[in-house]
Formats: sequence, C-alpha cells, structure tokens
Amino acid sequence: MTTASVSLGASVSSQSRFMQLALAALLGIFVMGFVGFSHIDAVHNAAHDYRHSMAFPCH
Amino acid sequence: MNLFRNVVFIAAIAGLVAGVVLACMQAYATVPLILKAEVYEQAGGGHHHDHAAPAATDSNAMSTAAPAPAEATAAAEDEGWAPADGFERFAFSVLANIVTGIGFGLILVAVSEFAGGIGGWRQGVFWGLAGFAVFTLAPGLGLPPELPAMPAADLTQRQIWWWATVAATAAGLGLIAFRKSLPLAILAVLLIVAPHVVGAPQPDSYETAIPEGLHHQFVVAVTVTNLVFWLVLGAVVGVVRGRFTGTATSLRDSFA
Repeated sequence: MTTASVSLGASVSSQSRFMQLALAALLGIFVMGFVGFSHIDAVHNAAHDYRHSMAFPCH
Repeated sequence: MNLFRNVVFIAAIAGLVAGVVLACMQAYATVPLILKAEVYEQAGGGHHHDHAAPAATDSNAMSTAAPAPAEATAAAEDEGWAPADGFERFAFSVLANIVTGIGFGLILVAVSEFAGGIGGWRQGVFWGLAGFAVFTLAPGLGLPPELPAMPAADLTQRQIWWWATVAATAAGLGLIAFRKSLPLAILAVLLIVAPHVVGAPQPDSYETAIPEGLHHQFVVAVTVTNLVFWLVLGAVVGVVRGRFTGTATSLRDSFA
C-alpha cells in the first residue's frame, strides 16, 4: 500500500481510492471542458467574457 | 464512494469561493478591456465591408448587391443565442466562473490527494502556484490571452495545443516534485519545453485593430487575476480539507 493511501484511510482499498479520485478529476475536466471549450454557440456566448478572461482559446 | 463525495464537497466550496473572487476581479480588471475591444471589433466589421464593396464593383454591378445580405446572414448565424448586455451577461460570467472554479477544484483536489493531500492553506498556496503554472502560464506563453477581434489560428487546433500543453506541463511538474530522480527531472524539463518547441498554432496575419497597449494591459490583467484565483482556490482547499478532516488521526476516519 502506498504512503498516500495510508495517510488518507487504510479502510479504502487503493484500487477503489484510485477509481474515486480519477472519477473526480475526470468530472472536473468534463465540467471545465464544457464551459470553457464547447463549440456550442449558446455555451460560447454565455461564457464569452469568462473564456477571454481565462485566456482559453476563443472564436 | 465516500472519498469521491468528500472530494466533490471540498472542491465545491473552494470553487464557489475562488469563482466568486475571480468574477469580482474580472468585473473590474478584464471585462472593461473586453468591452473596449468590442468597440474596435464593431468598427473592424464596418471596415471589412468597405474592403469588400470596391472589390465587388470592379467585377460587375450585380455582385455589389450580393455581398451585403450574405454577410448579414452569416453574422446572424454566427451569433446564436447570447445573454443580453448588462446584468444578464454579468450573471452568466459569474456562473461560468463558479462552475469552472468547481471543475478546477475537482482536478486540484483529486490530483493532490494522489500526492497525499493538501495539508493546510500554505501547502494549498503552493498547489495553487502549480495550477497557475499549468493552466495559465504555460498555455499563455504560446497562446497569450486574446481580446475579441484579434487574429487567431483555427479554434480546434488552438484548443488541442492548449490541452496538450496543460497535460505536458502538469506531467513535468509532477515528475519534478514527486520523483527524486535526475533522469526523470530531465525528462520533466523536456516535457515542459516540448509544446513550446512545437509551437502554438499561429494566425496567418497579426494585423489587428486592437491597440498594442490595450492588449498588453489585458494580458497582465488576465495573468494576475488567474494567479489570485489559483492561490485562493489552493488555500481554500487546504483550509476546508483541514476543517473537514480535523486532526491527522481523524483524517483516516473521515476520509475513509
């Protein structure tokens, strides 16, 4: 078992730990990908100022 | 799914706080510059019409009438639904800030848990610096923050370069921070440098109606606001995680 999984809860198997963290990271990537990178016009327009302000590729 | 639930909870609080902070900073620092640039964008659109008209008159009289309606419909198609200027537009910006703040928070918390977790606001600040380097600094070198009406290469290509740069920089920083090996550190530097050797997709022409001073101001505003966003996000994650888990011993129980 890795040191990380010991410090965060020995009762969670490292495989389940990995899956849950990976799932959380994927969810995060999906959320910001949709708001910041989606090509749907309405989504682009709604978050237009935000995209520019975050230096996301825009237009 | 206890761990997942805790990660989402911490990311939601941190993303909400950092997103609201970022939205406030944007309202004062970046959005006024975007609105200024849109004035040039409108003016630039008119300028293009002027260019198209003489070219058309050269060929024949029939085509002078044709370009104007065609461009008008193209512009209408391009727009789609958009929030009304003023409060609605601001509200959607705030919403986007909070939602993506939570998205960034999820990534930050999940990745940091792999490395043992963020143990307090000070560790959070350093994680925030890493996030700033990965998501703002590295992609911003090749693709500087751009204002409306600025020339840019194909959108999809720029987005691919952006994501590849983020991934390579994150992997590089991770190798430097968590692998105590010289060859891996060298590999890390190569990973961080590689996207810039390849180079970001560039526009055909750099000609723009936007004054250089305005653009420079915007680059500074975007970079500084993003830096503060990441520092706040990291610090809040550290604080909330600490509150959530209590002492090191109860960390096991609550995060189990």
